[in-house]
Amino acid sequence: MLRLIALRVAMAVPVMLVVATIVFLLLRLSPGDPALVLAGDNAGPEAVARIRAEMGLDRPLLVQYFGWLGEIARGRFGISILSKVPVLALIRDRLEPTLVLALSAIVITVVLAVPLGAIAAWRHNSWIDRGVMMLSVVGFSVPAFVIGYLLILFLSVKADLFPVQGYVSPFSDPVAALRHLALPSLTLALVFMALIARVTRSSVLEVLGEDFVRTARAKGNVERRVLWRHALPNAAVPIITVIGLGIALLISGVVVTESVFNLPGVGRLTIDAILARDYPVVQGLMLFFALIYVGVNLLIDIAYVIVDPRIRY
Amino acid sequence: MSATGQARSMPQRGVLLEALLSNRVVLCSSVLLLAIMLSAVFAGLLTGTDTFLIRPRLRLRPPGSEFWFGTDALGRDVFALVLHGGKLSLLVGLLAAVSGAVIGTAIGLVTGYLRWLDPVVMRIMDGMMAIPGILFAVALVSLVGPSLMAIVAAITFAEIPRVTRLVRSVVLSVREESYVRAAEGLGIPPLLVLLRHILPSCIAPLIVQTTYMFAAAILSEAVLGFLGVGFPPDIPSWGNVLAEGRAVFQRAPWTIIAPGLFLAMTVMAVNLLGDGLRDRLDPRLSRAAKVSS
Amino acid sequence: MNTSEPILRIENLSVALPAGLDRSHAVRDLSLDVHRRQIVCVVGESGSGKSVTASAVMRLLPEKVLRITGGTIRLEGEDVAAASPARICELRGNRMAMIFQEPLTALNPVMRIGDQIAEVMRIHRPQIAAESVEARVIELMGDVHLPDPAALRRVYPHQISGGQRQRVMIAMALALEPALIIADEPTTALDVTTQAQILRLFRELLTKHDSGVLMITHDFGVVADVADHVVVMRHGEVVERGEPEQVLSRPVHPYTRALIEAVPRFRFRYRPERLAAPEPVLVVEDLTLTYRSTSLLGRKRETRALDQVSFRLAPGETLGIVGESGSGKTSLAKTLLRFETPDSGRILFRGDDVAALSGCVLRDFRRHIQMIFQDPYKSLNPRRRIGQSLTEGPVHHGLSRADAVARARELMELVGLSPDALERFPHEFSGGQRQRICIARALAMQPSIIVADEAVSALDVSVQAQVLRLFEVLQRRIGFAMIFVTHDLRVASNICDRIAVMKRGRIVELGPAQAVFGQPQDDYTRELIAAVPGGVFEVAPAA
Repeated sequence: MLRLIALRVAMAVPVMLVVATIVFLLLRLSPGDPALVLAGDNAGPEAVARIRAEMGLDRPLLVQYFGWLGEIARGRFGISILSKVPVLALIRDRLEPTLVLALSAIVITVVLAVPLGAIAAWRHNSWIDRGVMMLSVVGFSVPAFVIGYLLILFLSVKADLFPVQGYVSPFSDPVAALRHLALPSLTLALVFMALIARVTRSSVLEVLGEDFVRTARAKGNVERRVLWRHALPNAAVPIITVIGLGIALLISGVVVTESVFNLPGVGRLTIDAILARDYPVVQGLMLFFALIYVGVNLLIDIAYVIVDPRIRY
Repeated sequence: MSATGQARSMPQRGVLLEALLSNRVVLCSSVLLLAIMLSAVFAGLLTGTDTFLIRPRLRLRPPGSEFWFGTDALGRDVFALVLHGGKLSLLVGLLAAVSGAVIGTAIGLVTGYLRWLDPVVMRIMDGMMAIPGILFAVALVSLVGPSLMAIVAAITFAEIPRVTRLVRSVVLSVREESYVRAAEGLGIPPLLVLLRHILPSCIAPLIVQTTYMFAAAILSEAVLGFLGVGFPPDIPSWGNVLAEGRAVFQRAPWTIIAPGLFLAMTVMAVNLLGDGLRDRLDPRLSRAAKVSS
Repeated sequence: MNTSEPILRIENLSVALPAGLDRSHAVRDLSLDVHRRQIVCVVGESGSGKSVTASAVMRLLPEKVLRITGGTIRLEGEDVAAASPARICELRGNRMAMIFQEPLTALNPVMRIGDQIAEVMRIHRPQIAAESVEARVIELMGDVHLPDPAALRRVYPHQISGGQRQRVMIAMALALEPALIIADEPTTALDVTTQAQILRLFRELLTKHDSGVLMITHDFGVVADVADHVVVMRHGEVVERGEPEQVLSRPVHPYTRALIEAVPRFRFRYRPERLAAPEPVLVVEDLTLTYRSTSLLGRKRETRALDQVSFRLAPGETLGIVGESGSGKTSLAKTLLRFETPDSGRILFRGDDVAALSGCVLRDFRRHIQMIFQDPYKSLNPRRRIGQSLTEGPVHHGLSRADAVARARELMELVGLSPDALERFPHEFSGGQRQRICIARALAMQPSIIVADEAVSALDVSVQAQVLRLFEVLQRRIGFAMIFVTHDLRVASNICDRIAVMKRGRIVELGPAQAVFGQPQDDYTRELIAAVPGGVFEVAPAA
């Protein structure tokens, strides 16, 4: 198992290298000069040139690239142009709201969507199946910000049940935090739920047609036990695969949801940094998100071995 | 046995049209989608073009008989904006879906067939998937500037690895089929085998995937607009109409809800169409083939 | 033989098919009895309704598609067809148990095999203590001769062999000593030697337990080996029934007669002129092939698929390659076609070594050796017309389109199909017809050698006999040499001049068919021959 983990980590390195390259190329090859941004509006050409030299922007692209990679490898992500704060510190300060939001959305999803999908497959073509499928199509189709605004409009503005916007840390005031968190996490969970419920349904449906399910029935298992004990564990691999891939969806959702509900998380930080052309922060955050994605999928690779004894590396 | 074999070997010809007509949901969603497309193309005839005029006197009127979806902060008719906005949004969706499908298929075919290339390309695809699509798009568009090209490219980028993986998986499974082996045994060169015997098997899942990408791309354009890096406000798209509404949402919720629901309806129609096509075209997911002797 | 109350009595059972098919019933008016300690075999070809009957007794039919429309199924006097779903769950696994064809897919892949056996007891006897269940599982695994039960119960199905999996299925079925065991083609997916062991196990268990067995099979060899009573079905109806000796040796119904006639049996042909040819078309010398896979963790696995294989093939001769799964026979076929590149050794085709060819030269060589594949449903591109499939190769190798079409039409007639079929798609043809089309496609290349890899194994016996005859006729007319790969010794004896027996990548015995089967020199060959179902129940004299 340890070797497996080590190997998976080793395999994540080239992937992260690809990510770093894409991010570097994106920021370096696009028009617009970071030095101009840094220098400010009233700086003369000499000042800009000096900053360019300081930042190493006048050196050949390859030199810049490897220089930058070297810095990253040593854990140095640079300093924000705008706030002069180290990028890592900036991310650390804004991490909590995002983590709390994402985790609560994942919990809501797994608790609700997996059983719903399994039941929909079991009762294939019944009203409950159609209902779950319809909900999942809606979840896929309505943009998260529209859902967010609808929830705000009806539950906060009209009914005054929840606060409109803002963030309260669960570590300072759990009750207020819960009230502030309810709508954003629901908004974020909806699209994720749509995805997971669908995949659960289709993979359980697939498994229910397999021979060993017939064997399970022939042994005298009641239908309920056939579903939970035999079908669902065999459908687990595709489900957790999609949970992993869905992390990308979740990250996009976080960015939008934080904007709608005005949460001071890393998603907002990213958008603000992009709009302000704060290059080191953008680079750092892109790498950060990619690392999360790769890390979660690494955990999922390890989970495969646990849920399916046939998988060996 | 024979039932499975026969269901699997249905030729494609005519199946697509049949799929569109045989299922009620698919039929309704295609009609709805067609109506939305037509309303976008002929928006000028339906609402006139003077509705974009900024009329401060008429700003933030609620929906009513004069303005069906109300007016926005500049006094423009939201209904007209939504219809006209469809042009740009649907175009972005279409271009991104098609270019994603074409590029992804080309890469997927080659990677699936050439074993030595596979690990390299797949690591690159993994890397592309690891970058959150929407952040990449926001960054690219904000750096390059909000042109049609930039927005389509930004959205396509995230879709390419998905198509590549799909096509590659089909190639990997089909290349083991005996009929591909038989063609190789006839001495047919690899490129011809790829195009003649393997590519056709990718078409059905690709059609389905392209439909889903179309829906996703329309949504992405809206999100880009919402985050403030969409098309400039002088030409309406669903994205920038939504962006305009953001500031006045609390006073005039229709500025977001009307275009949002219109957008949702479109995306839903496309998704349902994709589901219908998948049930009909993708034998791996169609149940009918499972009932056999 | 047994006058007591039957444990299973099916009376006038009818199962309806959904509307719109070529017949209205999957099973019509079927009656049969199964007594204690008795094995009743239901025999028939695919589509005869035999498997539907088995599923109907277990109430495992997909009820939306296949509905029981009449008759009774009495298990120890109780009507199963009318029982409530809850009662059915009580009966399944408890009073009646079922064993399926594919032991790999029929076991839950993510559950330990001990748990799967124990589950039957946990469902029906929840009061039994965990230790007693465990002890009983070990006992059962011993009963079905699984090695080292205490350790083996902790492994997963993919870690054991096909025969062992089928033993697990049987242990599961026996767990609660059910009155009735239904076995649906229990040995079809297994190798002959394993098949013989499993059939022996059935007999042995019957003397130990009090159950009755309803066995579904397509193989008259199995019937000859184990049946106490035979029921022959065709198109959902019983055409003949009786004691096996009587049905097998004096069949009354013409269909039964035709079926038994079609069962491949040992029959040799002797064509010494074939072997006397001076110049062999193919010489294989010391061919060795190793499959290497490196797991992600760097563990290297090497499987020796071919080990120093040598033989020569005369023009117009048929060489049979027989062996069980994993013997390397399919690897040999693939290597001869150069889908695999051997590690060492030579493949001399008309004197030229083709073992290391690649690229254009390889593609050019390939037209001389053509392959016929096992599964006729997968070996034709479903999206291309038959004509396109038949002309693709010749056109690529320089024949004009018109000539290629003319040749294709000619070949279609030669293999017994109408030339009009060229305009149609593969799904419009039956399995046997598709295999004829594949033969025509191979012949269109005018090859010197045809390699047939289990080319008749997926076909029903009557179709199988037709295709074998077609091979003979074509070979006589066209004169290609053939390498015929099969697991079925009887089929091999019908068509092959010489036989090579393979085991673990080696040829253990090679000689004229009659000599190999008549006076086998190698122990393994002897074992294989002894395991042929039905034994050599009727050796036809040399033709």
